[in-house]
Amino acid sequence: MDEVLLARMLFGSSMAFHIIFATLGVGITLMIFIAEIIRAIKKDDHYGVMAKRWTKGFAILLGVAIPSGTIVGVMLSLLWPGYMEIVGRVIALPFQIEIFAFFLEAVFMSIYVYAADRLTNTMRIISVGLVAMGATASAVLITDAHAWMNTPAGFDVVDGTITNVSPWDAVFNPSVGVTVLHVVSTAYMAGAFVIGSVAAFMLLKKNRSENERSYHKKGLTLALIVGAAMSLYTSVNGHDTAKMLYEYLPVKLAAAEGLFETQDNAPLAIFGIPDPERGEVVGGIEIPGMLSWLASGSTDGVVQGLNDFPREEWPPLFVHTLFNVMVGIGFTLLGLSFAALFWRFVWPRKEFPKWALVPLVAGGPLAMIGIETGWIFSCTGRQPWTIYGVQLTAEAATESGNLGFLFFLFVTLYATLLVLTALVLKFYFGRNPVANDLKKADV
Amino acid sequence: MTEPYIAITIIWVFLFVYAIAGSIDFGAGFWAMYYTRKDNTEASVIANRYLSPSWEVTNVFLVLLVIALVGFFPGAASYLGTLMILPFSLVLILLTIRGTFMIYAFSSKKYSRMLTIISGTTGLFIPALLVATLPIAIGGFVSMGEGTRDYLLFDRIFTSPTLYTHVGFGLSTELFLSALLLADYSREAKSEQTYLVYRRNALWLGPVTLLFAVAATFTLLPEAGWMVDNMASVWYLFALSLAAFLIGYGALFMKSGRENPGRARLAVIMIVIQFGLASFGYGFSHMPYILYPDLTIQDAFTDPAMFRWLLAGYGAGLAILVPAFVVFWRLFMKDKRYVQAEK
Repeated sequence: MDEVLLARMLFGSSMAFHIIFATLGVGITLMIFIAEIIRAIKKDDHYGVMAKRWTKGFAILLGVAIPSGTIVGVMLSLLWPGYMEIVGRVIALPFQIEIFAFFLEAVFMSIYVYAADRLTNTMRIISVGLVAMGATASAVLITDAHAWMNTPAGFDVVDGTITNVSPWDAVFNPSVGVTVLHVVSTAYMAGAFVIGSVAAFMLLKKNRSENERSYHKKGLTLALIVGAAMSLYTSVNGHDTAKMLYEYLPVKLAAAEGLFETQDNAPLAIFGIPDPERGEVVGGIEIPGMLSWLASGSTDGVVQGLNDFPREEWPPLFVHTLFNVMVGIGFTLLGLSFAALFWRFVWPRKEFPKWALVPLVAGGPLAMIGIETGWIFSCTGRQPWTIYGVQLTAEAATESGNLGFLFFLFVTLYATLLVLTALVLKFYFGRNPVANDLKKADV
Repeated sequence: MTEPYIAITIIWVFLFVYAIAGSIDFGAGFWAMYYTRKDNTEASVIANRYLSPSWEVTNVFLVLLVIALVGFFPGAASYLGTLMILPFSLVLILLTIRGTFMIYAFSSKKYSRMLTIISGTTGLFIPALLVATLPIAIGGFVSMGEGTRDYLLFDRIFTSPTLYTHVGFGLSTELFLSALLLADYSREAKSEQTYLVYRRNALWLGPVTLLFAVAATFTLLPEAGWMVDNMASVWYLFALSLAAFLIGYGALFMKSGRENPGRARLAVIMIVIQFGLASFGYGFSHMPYILYPDLTIQDAFTDPAMFRWLLAGYGAGLAILVPAFVVFWRLFMKDKRYVQAEK
């Protein structure tokens, strides 16, 4: 098989694995931080138990996030030596600063977990705040490097060599703002919906004490509030992302929407399959003028189509589907969380009916699918480039060979770890049910 | 000192910190496993008490080392990445198994013993494997200029005695350093019985480590003629290193004012100094090559503008982190409520 494709498969599967744990690490630490603050304000120990249990879950996930992050970090140099040579010269700063964010997270995580009983309340909240800050800052900085790959800046290429390096211009590249906000808000969203899923699942179970149900209801409401706020923000940010793509990455926008002909009043195609022979999306729903409006702010805006670009610079056309799945999930979660909160608000004493809890259980897995499709869309939609307009993926890839064997080894490892991590979480929370923690905390 | 030399010195500091912290970390993991099996619970508990809060922080040092290499010497990161893809991938897999299984073991008491055995043994081999990449960097095991790209000559590597002396050196160092540190940590925990267990290990591992260090050097020399003159020019570093070893090892027999002889803290400090001196001497002799004879630090050096910002970044980062590390140290290495806690 083609070695470049193998390198992409190996790196892609490593990222797909790592991103689950990295995203939850960002999202769940925020939830823990909020729970600790509510506990301090409301003096309600239910929130203390929440923080404690979420922290245990997070510690197990972090145990996978750290080694898988190490894999991805080292693998960059192993699989993409050509790319890392440019990275080292131009965009090394966010990687370097990220290390310090990572240290902050690791140090205060240990302090929060293993020294909690020796800390004052304020110190404990500060510690977990620093954990959440470290996790978010790591996401921000790594996303910065990702944004730079889409909109490279801060250097010139003269006769194949990198010159005029300006590290801060690279850091503040044109797409960093929207992309960072997108990654962080969706990570918060995913964390909230995953926690909401668990709470909704527990509420579906029969024969739970009133105390336990009240605990889970509080958790679900908190998750819904955070989830709804972040979903709402993400939809606004999605619009800014479209404008950014329109300006800097027109070919990616065209592939995402399956737009072939350059036109004004360009339609937004929802689902369907882009057919390059017919030059249109087959089988989707089209909303006339919507794409022009989203991208440029006016239905008169001219949106470039794929046919404006040489065929060898087209991303694979299946990114249209990935993009639609991501956006579809985003809007589903937005609707779901607002509808559920509406119910809570109008009938504060009324229980959620079963038929309403089932979709809420699905919220967490859906959010994770949204995260995965979003990342795959963003990286595949940049193909055939690794650094847009500067370096082709084929130029970045290693020439060392043996990748098939390594792919097999790593994928086996990831599959095993997914199963084992799920089992460990199940065993741990199975043997330490909420009832025990509530009894211990005497609430 | 020119810019590439400042950069390589920083890399050396990171490498040194990770070599020490990583050895202790993986070694402690091994001892935690070994003494669970032996039902010497106290020795195992103390090893785990050290490990639980520290392993994540230790792991970050490894990433720091890789990132620093990419930033300061992008040419070296890409060259080494291509050349060493197989050994580094193997290290990554072992590292992942070790980290995840350790967390699994902490979280599921029922299977904790089996999970600890897996994480303890995989961890044991990581430093050995990392140390084994050292002789590759001195050249001799790489096909130079034959074909379109360089590759490792695995047949030559596996038939060379220096590989095995390096593996032995990696293993014994890891066990020696961790036994010493845990002996000291047991004293902090006021457990003389555990102190004796780890002191006994340190006593036999010390000379073994020294022996392997000497053997590794002598089997390396025929492969690295170019390093010998450099080494001879800094002979005093190696001599001081030997002296530090003798004082450190001797400290295990000094009067301590407690039931048993040995000043563990002094021993740890002197042995760390010993490793510092020897590894600095080794690194110095390695200059200016990152990989002989293809790659020098000047060839691989980053853009000068990037270098200056990275330097500023490490300064600022350390200014923030040092206080955090001090808090960390106080809470987990000094605070009696943690160190001497009942199980």
